[in-house]
Amino acid sequence: MIGLTHYLIVAAALFCIGAYGVVVKKNAIAVMMGLEFMLNAININLVAFNHFLHPNLVLGQVFAMFIVGIAAAEVALGLAIILSLYRQRHSIAVDEMDILKW
Amino acid sequence: MVIEQFGWLIPVFPLVAFLLIVGVTYRFKLLSAIVATFFAGLSLALSVLIMVQKVINPVTTEKFINWLSISTPTQTLLNIQLGYLMDPLAAVMSFIVTLVATLVLLYSIGYMKGDEGFSRYFAYISLFTFSMLGLVISNNYFQTFFFWELVGLCSYLLIGFWFFKPEAADASKKAFITNRWADFGFLVGIIGLFTVFGTFNFGQLATQIPQYQNALILLGLGLLVFLGPVGKSAQFPFHVWLPDAMEGPTPISALIHAATMVAAGIYLVARGYALFYSVENVMQVIAYVGGFTALFAATIALVQKDIKRILAFSTLSQLGYMMMALGVGSMTSGMFHLTTHAFFKALLFLGAGSIIHAVHNQDIFKMGGLAKKMPISSWTFVIGSLALCGIFPLAGFWSKDEILTVTLQHHFVGLFVLGTLVAFLTAFYMFRLIFIALFGQKRSDHHAHESPWTMTLPLIILAVFSIFAGLVNTPWFYQWTGFSFSTLVYFHEPEIPVIHWSIAGLSTVAALLGIFTAWMIYARRLISADMLATKMSFLHRVLSNKYYIDELYAWLFKYVMLGLGKVLDFVDHVVIDGLFDGTAGAIRATGVRLRLFQTGRLQQYALLIFVAVAILVLWGVR
Amino acid sequence: MIIIFYLFSFLLLAFALGTVLSKNLVHSALLMIGSFFAVAGLYILLQAEFLAMVQILVYVGAIAVLVVFGVMLTRKGSVKDSNLPNRYKKVGALSAVIFFALLVRSIINTSFPAPSSPVVGANTIIQIAQTLLTQYAVAFEALGVLLLVAIIGAIIIGKETK
Repeated sequence: MIGLTHYLIVAAALFCIGAYGVVVKKNAIAVMMGLEFMLNAININLVAFNHFLHPNLVLGQVFAMFIVGIAAAEVALGLAIILSLYRQRHSIAVDEMDILKW
Repeated sequence: MVIEQFGWLIPVFPLVAFLLIVGVTYRFKLLSAIVATFFAGLSLALSVLIMVQKVINPVTTEKFINWLSISTPTQTLLNIQLGYLMDPLAAVMSFIVTLVATLVLLYSIGYMKGDEGFSRYFAYISLFTFSMLGLVISNNYFQTFFFWELVGLCSYLLIGFWFFKPEAADASKKAFITNRWADFGFLVGIIGLFTVFGTFNFGQLATQIPQYQNALILLGLGLLVFLGPVGKSAQFPFHVWLPDAMEGPTPISALIHAATMVAAGIYLVARGYALFYSVENVMQVIAYVGGFTALFAATIALVQKDIKRILAFSTLSQLGYMMMALGVGSMTSGMFHLTTHAFFKALLFLGAGSIIHAVHNQDIFKMGGLAKKMPISSWTFVIGSLALCGIFPLAGFWSKDEILTVTLQHHFVGLFVLGTLVAFLTAFYMFRLIFIALFGQKRSDHHAHESPWTMTLPLIILAVFSIFAGLVNTPWFYQWTGFSFSTLVYFHEPEIPVIHWSIAGLSTVAALLGIFTAWMIYARRLISADMLATKMSFLHRVLSNKYYIDELYAWLFKYVMLGLGKVLDFVDHVVIDGLFDGTAGAIRATGVRLRLFQTGRLQQYALLIFVAVAILVLWGVR
Repeated sequence: MIIIFYLFSFLLLAFALGTVLSKNLVHSALLMIGSFFAVAGLYILLQAEFLAMVQILVYVGAIAVLVVFGVMLTRKGSVKDSNLPNRYKKVGALSAVIFFALLVRSIINTSFPAPSSPVVGANTIIQIAQTLLTQYAVAFEALGVLLLVAIIGAIIIGKETK
C-alpha cells in the first residue's frame, strides 16, 4: 500500500531537484523553473498530509491553492524582471549579475 | 526709602538706551547720541537721589530672586541669585560711574563728530555703562562675574572700535585675552567659594567667612578671587593691556580709566573685602602688588612720549595706590582715592582728547604752546594734574594723604616710603607733560583751536569736582554736615576724618619737589633731559621699553606656550589619534577582507543557504 | 493504484531531472510541462481532483506558457547551449543529494499519526469553496489583490522604457 511516506519522499526528491536547478543553472528562466519545482514539492506535501492525516478537511488543498496563486504572481513578476534585465544587459545569465557587491 | 526700591533701574536705563540705539535710532546719528546721553543722565539723576538717601540714612537695601536653584532635600547644589544690593559703597560707585559716563557721552558728541561708527560708539558706551552699573549693584559673586565679563567684552569692543587699524584690533585682543587669564582664576575662586560656603551672596559670605577656620583654603580662595581684580584693574603682572588700550577713542580711555573697567577691580576688592580681610597674607599680597605696580608704572611713565600712554601709566600707578590702600586694611581710603581719581583722571583724559582732537597728534614733543590756543582745555588739564599730584587743597591731596596715613598707621613703613616716592614721580611726569605739551614754544606746525562746548563743558564740570571732591572727607566737612566719606563707606568701623599734617606736608613736599624738578629740566632747561638720558642710557632704555614685560610675555608665549602646545599637539595627533586611527585602521582592514565574502553572485548565496539548511537539518535530526 | 503512483512518480522525477539537466532551454520547458502534468496525476491519486485541475490550468496553461514566452523573448545564440550549468554544478549536486538523504532519513524515522476518520468520496470542491469563502475569505481576497498588483507590476517592469 502506498502511504504518506512515499509521497513525502517523492516530494523531497522533487524539492532537491528544484533546489539543484536554482543553484546550478546559468539561465535565469531555468532558475525559475527550479523554483517552480520546489513550490510543487511543497504542494505535494501539503496535499499528501491532507489526504493521509485529515481526509475530512481540505485545509491542505486550500493552502496549496494559495501557493499556486502566489506562484503565478511570482512567475509573472519574475519573467517581467528577466525581460527587463535582458533588455538592459542583453543577457539573462544569473552569474553575470554580480554588481551588487562590496 | 521709596526711591531705593527703584535702584535696579540705574543699570536698566543705559540698557534701554543700548537697545533703542541698536533697534531704532541706529541710522540717525545725532539722535543716537541724544538717546544715550539722556538715559545716562536719567541714571545719574537716580544715582544722585539714592546717594542723598544713603547719606541721610546709611542702610543696606537688598532685593533678589532665586534665578536658578538646584537642590536636593538635604542640601543646596546650586543657587544663583539675581538681585541688587544698594549700600553706601554701591551708591557712591554708581554715582561716579553715571557721572563720568554722562560727561563722557556728552563730550563724545563733539569728539566723535563725523565718525563712521557714531551710533555704534554710543551703543557700545551704553552697553558698557549698563554692564558696569550691573556689576556695581550685584548682590552676589555670580552676577558680578556675569557683568564682569560683559565689561570685559565691552572694553574689547571699544578698544577695538577702530578695528580697521591693526594696532587697535591687536590691542583689543590683548585686553580681552589678558583679562581672560585673570578671570579664569577669578571664576575658579568664585566656584571655590560656593563649594566651601554654599552661597554666592556677598552678605551671607561676609557673615560666614570670619567663622571659617581653615586658613589655607581661605588663602587660596582669596588669592584666586584677587586674580580677577588684578586683571581688570591692570595690576602687575596683568597690566600689559591697559597702555595698549589707548588705541581706542580717547573718551573711551577716560571711561575705562576713571569709572568703568579698571574701577571694577578696585570695587570688587572693596565689595568682597570680608574675604580678603580674613586672611592677613592675602592682604599683604594685595598691598605689595599694589605698591609695586604704583612704583613700577610711575617709573615707566617718566620716559613715555605719547600723551595718552603717560596718562595710562599714571592710571596704573594710581590703581596700584588704591590696591595698596585696600591691602593695608583701609577700604575707605582705597575707595576714596578711586572716587577722586575718577574725577581728575576723567578730566585728564578728556582734556588729552581735546588736545589730540585739536593737534591730531599724540606725541607731546609735537605739541607745545597750547595754553594760549586752547585755554579751557589746558587750564582744566593743569587743575587735573595738580589734583593728581596731590597739591593742597585739590581732591588728590586729601585722598593721597589718607592713603599714606593709613599705610603708616598699619605699620607698612616700606610702602609708605614707596608711596611718597611715587608721589614725587607722579608730580614729575605730569608736569613734564604739561611743560612740554602746554607751555613753551610750538614744537610742530599745528593749528590748535579750542574745542566746542560739548567738549569743554564736561571738562569744566570735572575740574570743579577735581577741586572740591576731596573736601567730603575732611574734618571740617564732618563738623559742618555731620558726615563724611569715611563715615559712609567703611569696613567694620566708620572713621572720623583727621588730618596728619606731618604726613600731608611730606607728600606735598614730595609733589612740589617733583614739579620743581620738572620745571628745572623742561621749562627752564637748567638740566638737559638729553644729557640725563645718555648718562643713564641703560635705565632709559629699560623704562622706554616698559621693563621689557611685553617682550617677556611674547617670549613666554612663543617658547613656553607654543612649546607646550606642540607637546600637546604631539600627544593629540600621534598618541591619541594613533590609538584611534589604529583601531579604525584595524577595523577597516578587517572589513576590506570581510567584504570579499559578498560576491554579488546570487547562486552562491542560494547554495550557502541550501548548505546551511542542510547543516541545520543534520543538526536537528541527529 | 500502486502502479499508477509509481508511474506518475517516476514520470515526475524523470521529467524534473530532465528539466534541470538538459542543456537546451526549450527541452527544459517542455519537460517541465510534462512534470506539471505528473504532479496533477499525483493530486488525483490523493483525491484532490479540483487542485489537479487548478494545477493543469495554472501551471500548464499559464505559467508554462509564460515561461515559453520568456524563453522565446530572451533567446540569444544557439538554443542547444542555452541552458548550461554554472561553476557550482558539482557542489550543488552533492548538496542536493546529501539534503535528499537527510530528508529521507527524517521522513522514515518519523512516525505519523493514524488518519482520523477517513471519509471517502466526499465532494471536496464544495468544501474548498466553503473554506475559501468563509474562513479564509480575507486571505483569498488578499491573494486576488496580490495577483492584480503582480500584473500591474509586471507591466510596469516589463514595458519598454525610452
